[in-house]
Amino acid sequence: MNYIIVCMFLMFLTTYLIRVIPIGFVRKKMENEWIQDFIYYIPFCVLSAMTFPDVLYSTTATGVEPHITVSAVIATAVAVIMAWRKRGLVAVALVAVLVAIIVELALPVLMTMMAR
Amino acid sequence: MNEFVRGIKRGFPICLGYIPVSFTFGLIAVKMGFSPLQATLISLTNMASAGQFAGIRLIEGGAPYIELVITTFVINLRYFLMSLSLSQKVNPEMPFYKRAIMAYCITDEVFALAAMEPDEVSFPFFGGLMITPILGWTSGTLLGAIASNLLSPMIQGCMGIALYCMFIAIIIPPARKSRKVALAVVVAAALSCIFKYVPGINMLSKVGGGGWAIITSAILGAAICATIKEVKRRRRRAMAERRAA
Repeated sequence: MNYIIVCMFLMFLTTYLIRVIPIGFVRKKMENEWIQDFIYYIPFCVLSAMTFPDVLYSTTATGVEPHITVSAVIATAVAVIMAWRKRGLVAVALVAVLVAIIVELALPVLMTMMAR
Repeated sequence: MNEFVRGIKRGFPICLGYIPVSFTFGLIAVKMGFSPLQATLISLTNMASAGQFAGIRLIEGGAPYIELVITTFVINLRYFLMSLSLSQKVNPEMPFYKRAIMAYCITDEVFALAAMEPDEVSFPFFGGLMITPILGWTSGTLLGAIASNLLSPMIQGCMGIALYCMFIAIIIPPARKSRKVALAVVVAAALSCIFKYVPGINMLSKVGGGGWAIITSAILGAAICATIKEVKRRRRRAMAERRAA
């Protein structure tokens, strides 16, 4: 019990310090154009690096070692197409989850039909 | 329009997107033996998706404190870059306490929306932006923790894709508009794949829950794109000077 509470506090402290130190103490505007560009690209690069290729592993059922699944590949493709057509965050996320569930449900049925 | 209200309007879709993700977190935390209150408290105090998932996995395994701190540090190190980036978007005169409040909610999505603001990011705007995602993240965790036995493992698994699809929905539209952003997205994704699959280099994604691989891919990707832009800028300047001469 005590262990968990100390752990929770440590997680909070570590995460918060990482976030507060730069914005809390950097007050100078950076003039260097390279640094400005670098900072401009950071959000896109972080999100992209977090997403690929991990998204393909993201629909593995809980309790199983993550692996690439057909449902994740199809749902990701649908999400990319929807995002390309400028659909909102929520629509993209929810449709992707639904597509993944439908594929997971349909796949075993298709497999048995093919086996016959 | 009032900045605070504008922030709330911009932040609300993030709130909705956070619910399935934090719901999944609540589910998993309770499965691992955390109480719903503990799970919700972790969400409220961390506001960090990947870091929280890794954290509870370590705590469940009874990891030493130092391992927990190092893993959390590495996975969340990207927030350092985001916070640094945000420090350039706020008024230099903004007092420390306001910065300290904003720092609490520098999440991937909230930051991305703030970073894409054309002008300076004001305190009321960021406050409005962060308020509903905090509610969504914590209440989603609580719901997931309570509903933990109602959903099948398959459906629980499928909800895991929601987070990544939110990321996709954030980066693709600007990448479509700007070739440079598209390049940044492709380069970072390619580097991330290299760090996961190329033998030898993939060590990087196996330590610290993948945090090092993400940070390295992002820094390299942004540095490559910034350098390409710098080279083009110099060439353009040199050409302009030649023309002037």
